[in-house]
Amino acid sequence: MEGIEKLLKEHPFFEGIDAADLATIAGCGANVRFEVGEFICREGEEANCFYAIRAGRVALELSAGNGDIVIQTLDQNDIFGWSWLIPPYRWAFDARAVEVVRAVRFDCSCLRAKCDGDPRMGYDFMKRFAKVIVDRLEAMRLQILDMYGKPTVGV
Amino acid sequence: MESQLLESEQTSLADPMATRPFRVAKNQREIDGTHTIELRPADGDGFRFAPGQFTMMYAFGIGEVPISISGDPARAGTLEQTIRSVGAVSAALCKVRRDDTVGIRGPFGTPWPVVPAVGNDVMLIAGGIGLAPLRPAIYHLLRNRARYGKISILYGTRQPADILFRSELESWRGRFDLEVLVTVDSAGRDWRAPVGPVTTLIPRAAVREGIAMVCGPEIMMRFTVQTLLDRGFDADQIFLSMERNMKCGIGFCGHCQMGPAFVCKDGPVFAYPDIEKLMRVRGI
Repeated sequence: MEGIEKLLKEHPFFEGIDAADLATIAGCGANVRFEVGEFICREGEEANCFYAIRAGRVALELSAGNGDIVIQTLDQNDIFGWSWLIPPYRWAFDARAVEVVRAVRFDCSCLRAKCDGDPRMGYDFMKRFAKVIVDRLEAMRLQILDMYGKPTVGV
Repeated sequence: MESQLLESEQTSLADPMATRPFRVAKNQREIDGTHTIELRPADGDGFRFAPGQFTMMYAFGIGEVPISISGDPARAGTLEQTIRSVGAVSAALCKVRRDDTVGIRGPFGTPWPVVPAVGNDVMLIAGGIGLAPLRPAIYHLLRNRARYGKISILYGTRQPADILFRSELESWRGRFDLEVLVTVDSAGRDWRAPVGPVTTLIPRAAVREGIAMVCGPEIMMRFTVQTLLDRGFDADQIFLSMERNMKCGIGFCGHCQMGPAFVCKDGPVFAYPDIEKLMRVRGI
């Protein structure tokens, strides 16, 4: 497990985390790799994990009638997946590896049990995830504003 | 001479209200509804400007509109302006043909801080057509590459088909002394580069401090500034190009007034602390 702990120490999401908590969390992690074009998850499937991306790019996609739309990409040092936090724990989109992706995958049944058993650690972990969710929400707000669209009035 | 011009806050003009005829040398369609017009002074004299300045372009018989200069400041006899068709005047200017004549007043306004940036790392952040006013600064930085530290160009736009100056961005990205990151708000599956707002590129950029020059829609600039401040950039090292409906170009008419500032004369390039409060006022 020392290998996973070492990888997590290098990931900004875990920056400043208590060493004992990191060891506990690392116990739920495993190294994974996805090839180009491989789907990491599919919309509607059970979400029982999240990923700390170490390398590569993941595209979050929605099927929109006239084709698949990439709504966001995530890269090295990003966290991918929060559907495991909120019942009914289902992925809200497809995720596909645009490049070879190396990540640490966390088994969230394991993680939820550990967070329930140690509310202080669970709260710290939740705060870290809240930051990820808020950043992602702010980004999505800017995207849906259509900032670069043609102005309705002009000379 | 060039550095004097680049340092000057306002180019002196003999008669700022006199329109000067320029001949169209080329009309290049860039993306849907956006054209770059290459112009030469009809009187054969030169035309000098500093990166970040704009002109008032006159489509004879239709009207006048402020347009940022998008060309190379070192090409003294040539004026390039990138125009988005959003109304009667800009639509007419997008349709000009070789040898047509248009009227030009200017250049007007304050420049990008390319001289104070010497010796510093520089981050240029553009959104949509906001890349056009930054392009002269990019030309200048690249022409004087040894005088600057790291340079990052961050560009965000709506979708891959809307990437302005695409071949030039690709060519810049091929250089070893420059970082170019591009993102779009949405894309199809064939797009392999980042998708997301331009603010998400800032933490990934090689430039972590120094001078930031930002141009794009105002809301994009507000969020960009916040991200830059969060990343540790000093407020007084952040410069923004503001867009307003300029008319006279010299601070007389008040059309472009933004609180106490006239965007045409005190801007369009402002240091962030000078307009920070104004950017928070709704409807100004």
